Amino acid sequence: MSLTRNDVEAIAHLARLAITEAEAQVYSESLSKILSFVEQLSTADVTNVVPMAHPLAGQVQRLRADVVTTSDEHEKFQRNAGKVEAGLYLVPKVIE
Amino acid sequence: MTELHTQTLIELSAGLKAKRFSSVELTQHFLQRIERFNSELNAFITVTPDMALTQAKAADAQLAAGQGGALTGLPLAHKDIFCTDGVLTTCGSKMLANFVSPYDATVVERMKRDGIVMLGKTNMDEFAMGSSNETSYYGAVKNPWNLAKVPGGSSGGSAAAVAARIAPAATGTDTGGSIRQPAALTSLTGIKPTYGRVSRYGMIAFASSLDQGGVMCLSAADAALLLQSMSGFDERDSTSIDTPVPDYSAALNQSLKGLKIGIVKEFFDKGLSEENAQPVRNALALYEQLGAQLVEVSLPNLPLSVPTYYVVAPAECSSNLSRFDGVRFGYRCDNPRDLQDLYKRSRGEGFGPEVKRRIMTGTYVLSAGYYDAYYLRAQKIRRLITDDFARAFEKVDVLMGPTSPTPAFDIGAKVDDPITMYLNDIYTIGANLAGLPAMSIPCGFLSGLPVGLQIIGGHFAEAKLLNVAHIYQQATDWHKRVPKKYE
Repeated sequence: MSLTRNDVEAIAHLARLAITEAEAQVYSESLSKILSFVEQLSTADVTNVVPMAHPLAGQVQRLRADVVTTSDEHEKFQRNAGKVEAGLYLVPKVIE
Repeated sequence: MTELHTQTLIELSAGLKAKRFSSVELTQHFLQRIERFNSELNAFITVTPDMALTQAKAADAQLAAGQGGALTGLPLAHKDIFCTDGVLTTCGSKMLANFVSPYDATVVERMKRDGIVMLGKTNMDEFAMGSSNETSYYGAVKNPWNLAKVPGGSSGGSAAAVAARIAPAATGTDTGGSIRQPAALTSLTGIKPTYGRVSRYGMIAFASSLDQGGVMCLSAADAALLLQSMSGFDERDSTSIDTPVPDYSAALNQSLKGLKIGIVKEFFDKGLSEENAQPVRNALALYEQLGAQLVEVSLPNLPLSVPTYYVVAPAECSSNLSRFDGVRFGYRCDNPRDLQDLYKRSRGEGFGPEVKRRIMTGTYVLSAGYYDAYYLRAQKIRRLITDDFARAFEKVDVLMGPTSPTPAFDIGAKVDDPITMYLNDIYTIGANLAGLPAMSIPCGFLSGLPVGLQIIGGHFAEAKLLNVAHIYQQATDWHKRVPKKYE
């Protein structure tokens, strides 16, 4: 399995990662190696095997009642944000 | 009197109770050692002396009033993956280099409740992705047994801190071996509990179906004490298991007569040199003398565990790390042109090379047209591996083998080849895929570098693992060895 620099740039776009051309070259090599390495998985016979999503048998995602459990602490949480105004997160203009 | 820093938590706890020293004195002793040795080890990202001394004073007041439990007043370091209220929590990344957590992880909260004093936050591979602690934004951590060697990873800062006795114990997390492998490389006792035993709330997510918190310390008896505090159901983690926590310390001294130990054939394959295998074989021979019976078992699908992991873990990482968008918390790039540019440059500039590699691997294996061939197939093989373990546990009580294929390697030796680096976890990843509890305990040295014995148990068999490790530690002194410089 081999990925070209263009493939890597397409993946980086899907992952919303800005990478340089030099990085794209490096990643095309290492990602190709990793994908070749995981090719081994095709040797296993997985006919009728049910995919495993949880390591413990019979466990299902627990649900909880939809009730308020915490108080409003947005000021505290927004202290970690890059740009905030009037309790809102600021991002570059989306609609012209 | 033995130096404070070479004592186990059990011994230190007895000293506090007998008023031989106070928690403030004990905490100051470790803070001074951190001050003296941390610059050469790079084990801590953040040291919290003021908070530690405040907590120590509170612990002393409790102890003076005849209150407090076994952990009251004992210092500990937290891996910087655990959120700590009001304290920098970086996860070893530039992405979170400015993140002051607004809340405590459940693990941190429970240990605080039990009177533990936090010394600071330890260095780690960026977002726990690494096996050598070289991917940290804060630089590589050095192995106290030889400063030119890696301490293992991703909990490398925790390992180095405890091995150099600048902290008596530390928390860690283990997604593919990140507690056990560094414990082996630095001669510590490390335990990764059953998936779901310890809450993941406030533990920054890497691969959610594999991540599990645990501890690194000087003995199985200390691990029992710490695990008691951390474990148990937590409503805030949807994968936390609601089953009672047994008394881990009570079962430590049970005899090993009749214990059936499975020797995993695939652990002693061509990847392990005879020289490396020898300390492990010596440990197995000692277990036989202690009354255990050795049985060879085979886990035929185990050789596929590393490739399975390198599909499942990157896939989950690419989803988990999509939360870092430059908007709500974490690194934000300067002067973004538009929203797309804000996302892409914040992530491109904030994440290091290994994290980006894993995000892209995960994005690829989850992308349209490839999901069935990679992720779904890996999830099926994960079941085959888990079934292999289940069949083995029908015949034996615990499984044993090496923790790591080699002792600590040189800093820089494997950084250019991701596959070679990934193969460090060849013996540890199986337990994560199957959600099993597993330990590493010191079992000898090879050319002056520590070697670890891995013990794997069935689901929720932590008490059995600790018992099996404790009896071995009663008969050996590998776990008591201290690197000369840090005695």
